[in-house]
Amino acid sequence: MHNFELAKAYTTTQARDLLAEKPNSILKAGGIDVIDHLKQHLIAPNRLVDIKSVSGLDDIDVDRDGNLRIGALVTLARVAADEDIKKDFPALAQACGEAASPQIRNVATIGGNLLQRPRCWYYRLESYKCIKKGGDTCFAIAGMNRYNVIFGGGPAYPPHPSSAAVPLVAYGASLVLEGPEGTRTVPAGEFFVLPDVDPERENTLGEGEILTEIRVPAAAGKKSAYAEVRERAGFDWPVVSAAVAVEEDGGSVKSARIVLGQVATIPWRATKAEEALVGQPLGAASAEAAGQAAVDGAEPMTDNGYKVDLVTALVRRVVASLA
Amino acid sequence: MARKLPAAEDQSRAPGFSRRNFLKTAGVGAAASTVVGVGGACTKEPTVIGPDATTLRLRVNGTTQTVTVEPRVTLLNALRNELDLTGAKEVCNRGACGGCTVLLDGDPIKACMMLAADAEGHEITTVEGLGSPDEMSPLQKAFVEADALQCGFCTPGFVVSGTALLAKNPDPTLDEIKDGLAGNLCRCGTYSRIFEAVQKTARRG
Repeated sequence: MHNFELAKAYTTTQARDLLAEKPNSILKAGGIDVIDHLKQHLIAPNRLVDIKSVSGLDDIDVDRDGNLRIGALVTLARVAADEDIKKDFPALAQACGEAASPQIRNVATIGGNLLQRPRCWYYRLESYKCIKKGGDTCFAIAGMNRYNVIFGGGPAYPPHPSSAAVPLVAYGASLVLEGPEGTRTVPAGEFFVLPDVDPERENTLGEGEILTEIRVPAAAGKKSAYAEVRERAGFDWPVVSAAVAVEEDGGSVKSARIVLGQVATIPWRATKAEEALVGQPLGAASAEAAGQAAVDGAEPMTDNGYKVDLVTALVRRVVASLA
Repeated sequence: MARKLPAAEDQSRAPGFSRRNFLKTAGVGAAASTVVGVGGACTKEPTVIGPDATTLRLRVNGTTQTVTVEPRVTLLNALRNELDLTGAKEVCNRGACGGCTVLLDGDPIKACMMLAADAEGHEITTVEGLGSPDEMSPLQKAFVEADALQCGFCTPGFVVSGTALLAKNPDPTLDEIKDGLAGNLCRCGTYSRIFEAVQKTARRG
């Protein structure tokens, strides 16, 4: 592993100063993805700025109106175990509770989960200078692509790795980003960017910006669910995941958000499936229609056509679970 | 309306583990100087260590130990190579197999994916801290009785994960045991006997 300085910040201002002070410095919180990158020789920073001890970023808070705020340093285990989140935002608790393994969830933060880099093996292997690492090819196109995307691909085709992002986009959550120019709040659905905008990044986090908080509006999770399909029942990356959040009015769906994970380069809004639900009562028929509509526009690669059928089945199942 | 988590209270009841709050103030506070910032709020000054080796103070199995390592050294390598605690195993070295599982303030973590410096101020428990060949913990005894191993390489990790599971949930269902041990792999495939050992320990209370 490349050697580096380890700086510890206690405030976000200190963290930004420590970051700016030395060229080629990066932030770390739980450190799981950063250590993985170091071990794979994908990064060689001069300095890691550890923000794990920054105060005020590790609280879960529900205000009087029911709006949820989660500090970026809250671990996945805490999100999954939180009684308020389990009750009012069940898709988020479910997604965080199924991510990784118990040991990783005790260390990995929700902020890091949102900002982690893709898992595509060509990206993760040092020897492949793929388009995500400044090369000019996505090796998945002609290579082994069974885990790659069926939506939003080109010129790179890695699935977005975050489990937490899937329900957060479904809930219309927003992310608070603190940077040198001040603080901005970005809807989660606009934070993630397609590779045709910039194949080397997955989001719009700016230079020197720190993700400090996740905000979820009250009642967004009132009727919501999340499920994922893995090849192993235990600890494994999902091959497909889906979060559904609906608002009902007089027995039929007034609005719906259906978001797919692990099948697109960003958390993927299945807008046709959402449209298929609106105006319909929740039930077997609308679940079937939503499942069929969810794969609208799918462009499977050579080895991942199975994901199309999994999306249909999973969306049908998750919508039906809300009926 | 910041709330304390039930998990933190559970840990404080387990013998040998201090309250997280105590550790935060005593451990980190002792290592970093404190200044009074604007508005009277207490703000610690940032610290920078490395890239050369630095001396770290680690609380391991109830005693304070010092190691002199570069910041890139993982907790696992510090435990194994500096403190001669070789119970936690380096297997995949990527956080996938659980062979390196240790407890951090009572919670199981993968020591290969944590920097040793990040473990300062926390209470680390390795499999050596759970029991010894002469005085095995109830779960260690149950592993022997259930013959819950073949090559034994994954066993320390399973024992540590199983101990953490039972501390939080003294009477787990089989599914809860499987979830609790999902981060540990056994390539000999002795899972059913590992589950049996955990169940046996739970039944004995």
